[in-house]
Amino acid sequence: MKHNSENWLLKVEGLTKIYGNPTQTSIDKTGPLFDSNICPDSGSIVACAQIDFELYPGEVLGIVGESGSGKSTIVKMLYFDMEASGGKVLFNRDPYIGKNILNLSNQSKRAIRNHLMGMVYQNPRDGLNFRFTSGGNIAEKLIMAGNYNVGTIRDKSKQLLEKTEVPVPRLDDLPAHFSGGMQQRVQISKAIANHPPLLFLDEVTTGLDVSVQAKVLDLIRELQQELGVAMIVVSHDLSVIRMLTDRTLVMKNGRIVEKGLTDQILQDPQHPYTQLLVSSIL
Amino acid sequence: MQPILEIVNLNKSFTMHILQGKIIEALVDVNFSVAEGEIIGLTGKSGSGKSSLMKCIYRTYLSDGGKILFQSNEGTIDIVAAGDNEILHLRKTEINYCSQFLSVIPRVSALQVVAQPLLKKGVTADLANEKAMQTLKALGLQETLWSGFPVTFSGGEQQRINVARAIIDPPKLLLIDEPTASLDPKTKEVVIEMLLALKKLGSTIVCISHDEFTLDHLVNRRIHLDKGIIIN
Repeated sequence: MKHNSENWLLKVEGLTKIYGNPTQTSIDKTGPLFDSNICPDSGSIVACAQIDFELYPGEVLGIVGESGSGKSTIVKMLYFDMEASGGKVLFNRDPYIGKNILNLSNQSKRAIRNHLMGMVYQNPRDGLNFRFTSGGNIAEKLIMAGNYNVGTIRDKSKQLLEKTEVPVPRLDDLPAHFSGGMQQRVQISKAIANHPPLLFLDEVTTGLDVSVQAKVLDLIRELQQELGVAMIVVSHDLSVIRMLTDRTLVMKNGRIVEKGLTDQILQDPQHPYTQLLVSSIL
Repeated sequence: MQPILEIVNLNKSFTMHILQGKIIEALVDVNFSVAEGEIIGLTGKSGSGKSSLMKCIYRTYLSDGGKILFQSNEGTIDIVAAGDNEILHLRKTEINYCSQFLSVIPRVSALQVVAQPLLKKGVTADLANEKAMQTLKALGLQETLWSGFPVTFSGGEQQRINVARAIIDPPKLLLIDEPTASLDPKTKEVVIEMLLALKKLGSTIVCISHDEFTLDHLVNRRIHLDKGIIIN
């Protein structure tokens, strides 16, 4: 099969998020050239602007950058956690082909989230309902995608916990009684419950100790290979990016300053900021 | 016959922004071509540009100018100008790169590391593992190590895992950096034999080596680099 550059899964054009009341020139007066994302005239904050990229089916795309560079903002807008200020996002799946999914009704956005996307947050409290059991959390996602048979839901939840190496007898325990690494694995179970073609991972290993980190990364890698799911991996940790991703976007002050193959970004960085970033790896 | 790889006026420099934009010339007007089934030895002193050349071909490095024309199964592709996704596709299907040192993946066993290229292609786990075992056995890596984590292995053991990983799924073009550098003479011969077997299966190989024995017994032709310029 000839490789086709038009068969992308997700296409992002000019995605922008601004807080406050921007002027016409807020975007022109912020960014890496000014080393700031605060508009000098209006004081509005340009969290990210002019974000363009494509994601292909089964591809793993990394987004790196320092705190405040806008990397999490991008995935939060794509997952509809946060409203975009502008831009266009195309999702190449029926019945959304050709439509800017940012402008869909809330109902359609929920349907996309439940059937076609999964998200794993840095903080398990954002991704899990701590009043529900671990099984209950997974069930929530399954029910929202239209599974109503209790027996099937329990079986499926057990399979998912098994797959993510959470002891199945803990199906009915509260996530608050789990370790950080286990909470993260329950979040992953929940995120992949409906076999979405697209998964967002926002700093998923940050704050975990190294052995747990390795285990979670290994799990993600295995799931990716097994399910062929496309992923956007946000991390400030270049080792995580190196291990998981095929291509990488480098962000600074709310802009993409460089994009390329991950090994090229790490070994032949072009932008001054990327060179500094790469030379800071421990 | 049309060459499988043709390098035309290739230039590569590095702009070091951290050093006030200092420019380092790595490759200057490099021209050569490689016929299908040939094994090319890249030679030259450390810092002469051998690895840079290899990394330009794999597109780990972005070239400044020139062309790297590769005869893929889907027609001629200029690696210098191709899109990232086109390169990823080529890497998955036709071009393989084997670095000098194994880049270890935490908590993944030696056998898994070797089986991975096959698994990625969709080969079943049983088949991939069996093939990985055969390859490791042929390279003389003792069986007790197979389920161990390569990070704790010796240099020679890591290198054999790296070579095994590179050849388990014969690529159309193999770029291999110092495949015999940290091996004893006997294992060295085994690696050379395996690479020659790969050639028989139709692979073309570009190999960097400092080792006269390897060069004498493996390559068809040498390309010698000095300060980024080909000298023959």
